[in-house]
Amino acid sequence: MQRYLVLRVIAKLVIPFMLLFALYVQFHGDFGPGGGFQAGVIGAAAVVFYALIFGLPAARQLVPEWIVETMVAAGVLLYAGVGVVGILLGGNYLDYFVLDRDPVHGQHRGIFWVEAGVAITVSGVMLKIFYMFAGRRRDPDEE
Amino acid sequence: MMAVVTVGIIVQRNLFSVVVLAGVYSFLMATVLVGLDAVDVAMTEASVGAGISMVLLLAALALVGGEEAKPLVRPWLPLALALVIVGALVYGTLGLPAFSDPNAPIHTHVVPRYLNEGLKETGVPNIVTAVLASYRGFDTLGEVTVVFTAGAGVIALLRRVRRKD
Repeated sequence: MQRYLVLRVIAKLVIPFMLLFALYVQFHGDFGPGGGFQAGVIGAAAVVFYALIFGLPAARQLVPEWIVETMVAAGVLLYAGVGVVGILLGGNYLDYFVLDRDPVHGQHRGIFWVEAGVAITVSGVMLKIFYMFAGRRRDPDEE
Repeated sequence: MMAVVTVGIIVQRNLFSVVVLAGVYSFLMATVLVGLDAVDVAMTEASVGAGISMVLLLAALALVGGEEAKPLVRPWLPLALALVIVGALVYGTLGLPAFSDPNAPIHTHVVPRYLNEGLKETGVPNIVTAVLASYRGFDTLGEVTVVFTAGAGVIALLRRVRRKD
């Protein structure tokens, strides 16, 4: 699809807004609809869109495989790590009240990091699955 | 409308149109969820159901070809079984409390506390986020682990291919 000028221009116009929308959904999830799952999927969709228009190798250069694979595990570790930090600060596992002197602020902080972990893992997994499926197409002789 | 799309999915033999119809179905489902005031779920349905999963299905379609194979045997037994299960499920819904009944058991247990104290305890106006990340933090951790496991499973299944080239 690399030759279609209209698609390329539109993609370049739209992708920044997709990423911005993903960030908006991520960080505004406390106040409006949205959160880590949705933001992760939208962010992954932006990269998938890029891959569809500019080709898989370009996307692999933009977001290399090792970053994606690290993201898959890093999100879960971040989420679980928030729980461990809660223990270290004297609370129960995944207890956010102890993360700040003000319990409500602590809640905010905990939810922020937890949602970040969710977003990282979800977008990593989505991208990884897409890379895996799309990458198979390129070598037709393998069985 | 959704029933029409569903029948279309069943009747259609061309898998490409089946995938597109499934995306249409997801978008219709998202509008239904918006109508039910479940905006977060609607957003997930629209982005995952109509967005990512359609791309993945199309990618899979490119690998296996676009026509559905003719069934080898007449599927009467599975059809009968499915009808029995549908009957049982519909019978089960008769026992549910009426839609949006405020006295239903689900609305009298912890929901009042979430709705009344949630903003005070977590400082997060979106009650869905508060429940998801704070009150039910363990459940969400489990969900993320499920997503992680799915990704790890796909990597484990398909990695072999990449090592060859």
